[in-house]
Amino acid sequence: MFDGYTASELTAIFAMQGFAGLILFSVFVLMALGLAIIFGQMGVINMAHGEFMILGAYITYLTSIFFETFLPSLYGIYFFVAMILAFFAAGSLGAFVEWALIRRLYKRPLDTLLATWGLSLILQQIYRSVFGAREKGVSLPDWLMGSIPVTDLVEIPINGIFVMCLTLVVTLGVYYLMQRSQWGAKVRAVVQNRPMASAVGINTSMVDRMTFALGCGIAGVAGSAFTMIGSTGPTSGQLYIVDTFMVVVFGGAANLLGTIASAFTISQAQTILEFFLSGSIAKVLTLGLVVGILMLRPQGLFVLKIRK
Amino acid sequence: MTNSSPQRLLTPKEIGSYAFLALILLVVLPMSMDVFRLNLVGKYLSYTFVAMSLVLCWGYGGILSLGQGIFFGLGGYCMAMFLKLEASSPENTAIQSTPGIPDFMDWNQLTALPWFWEPFNNLGLTLLAVVLVPGLFAFVIALAMFKRRVGGVYFAIITQAVAAILTILIVGSQGMTGGINGITDLRTLLGWDIRTDDAKFILYFVCVFFLFASLLLCQFILKSKLGRLLVAVRDTEERVRFSGYNVDNFKIFVFTFAAMLSAIGGAMFTLQVGFMSPSFVGIVPSIEMVIFCAVGGRLSLFGAVYGVLLVNFAKTTLSEAMPEVWLFALGALFIAVVSIFPDGLAGLYKTYLEPTVDKIFGPLYKKFKQILPSRGSAVKSN
Repeated sequence: MFDGYTASELTAIFAMQGFAGLILFSVFVLMALGLAIIFGQMGVINMAHGEFMILGAYITYLTSIFFETFLPSLYGIYFFVAMILAFFAAGSLGAFVEWALIRRLYKRPLDTLLATWGLSLILQQIYRSVFGAREKGVSLPDWLMGSIPVTDLVEIPINGIFVMCLTLVVTLGVYYLMQRSQWGAKVRAVVQNRPMASAVGINTSMVDRMTFALGCGIAGVAGSAFTMIGSTGPTSGQLYIVDTFMVVVFGGAANLLGTIASAFTISQAQTILEFFLSGSIAKVLTLGLVVGILMLRPQGLFVLKIRK
Repeated sequence: MTNSSPQRLLTPKEIGSYAFLALILLVVLPMSMDVFRLNLVGKYLSYTFVAMSLVLCWGYGGILSLGQGIFFGLGGYCMAMFLKLEASSPENTAIQSTPGIPDFMDWNQLTALPWFWEPFNNLGLTLLAVVLVPGLFAFVIALAMFKRRVGGVYFAIITQAVAAILTILIVGSQGMTGGINGITDLRTLLGWDIRTDDAKFILYFVCVFFLFASLLLCQFILKSKLGRLLVAVRDTEERVRFSGYNVDNFKIFVFTFAAMLSAIGGAMFTLQVGFMSPSFVGIVPSIEMVIFCAVGGRLSLFGAVYGVLLVNFAKTTLSEAMPEVWLFALGALFIAVVSIFPDGLAGLYKTYLEPTVDKIFGPLYKKFKQILPSRGSAVKSN
């Protein structure tokens, strides 16, 4: 498949595709982080995760329109406002869903899967009714447009760099929150031993709700970032949900480092293969490979050792 | 015989259930509907095979497969490939640049039949393939998964990924599979035109026949020792393992059997609807089939049949009248069925209707019991 390319062209292709892979990687990480928190820490399969992401994307779209109409002078910073709004909108919807639905189903993981699938259908139809079936795109502020030329053949788009920086910030934030803060300690305590955590005075049901809300909120931020690189339709979320689940399962649930490593592997494999083979075959190969590896190593790449 | 409670294959009550279902499917529906509607019911009935397979592997075996569409689709595709080859005889396809191959291959510049199409020139091999291809595929998946002790949600997610992979593969290799349109324009089965009203009428009854045969077979499995072990594995897998049973083999068996059952449904679907496409293979149809089963009641074979019929009637009616409401309804159904009535229609029937039905038919059951010798007495007379 490398026929007809010179060495320098190949390097350039790998660099460009590698960078495209990094952007996909960033979106995967943002989506998978939320899912990994919810699935890894709580054991809940949230099939509506993609729809929480799309909620963030629509909030960003609305914010961009608001700034365009009322505050055109501040259009450059609308994205930061949108991101915060997206986080809180998706997070509060998540908290509501946890209260109304998920908390009744903690003992039945397969049933949460079905219930959240139902939720995702409802959310999709709401988006379709409110925003229409056509895809919506936002216009980027000036400072995010264009690209930086590195060599003659390699150019790096600025919005891609921005999305990657955003991912880095969010990942560090999540790491700090889960591993270093008081609240993270509570979450981990509940995961490792619920009755004991409850006995030492941790409000476990409140921790559950906040964990779920945090996961959904991060999905909202992911959706916000998603608008930078693609347009949003009512069913865009569903396209990513299987990939994201594969990322989380492949990385070994409950392990942030694993999630990041597997997101990196899957996204790079997919984008580099995509250039040489057709898009569909690249995806088949990547997913097939992941399924194959999971058969050999069901616990995923990285395992958190907990005494059960 | 040491079994303290002899399990009859059919209790009088179950004979009653069979009779009622037969009355509806063989008398009431064919009498009250035109062929178009009856064909629609036949299409729904082909989903009941999947719903029944889910009762077995999810309800009793505790294995949630989110990829039953894979097997339904594979069975359907096998059947469709045979019908397509018959429809693209050299005479019918004389205008193509390569006569004798299916039209979509010609459009995609293929000049010869791919090797895996060759067996489908033969009806016998096709019928075998309908059951064996999905069965083998399921066996390989199950072997790899269950021997490595992958279960529960992980298994569900992986079957879902496999369904996604297969859909992408079918859509992507358009020349060999017909791509997103699927295999269409199927005409005859061994020279018998399947598009006429008469043929549709007959195929409906063939489908009902297979449905009853599968119901009996499933019931036989569930009532056997195997069925009880399945329940035990579902409830406490480790204990069964420690009692010396090889748990993995039971799970592999039930998953493979479920796949074969779904495949029969797929083949019946192709025959009655006249085409097969990737839209019946992927994630969305697979998970929709789970809801058919859940609505009917995941522990009831009959419930699965009624669940399929009810959800599909609702779908057809609602999505014709108010397409935007249908997704809301389906979503709400998913949520309601897991959080409010997890045993589905069968559970509701058991709580509210069954006492009344028993009161009416109770004397009849008693009479039946006298006629049918119980297994216990049969053993004694030996």
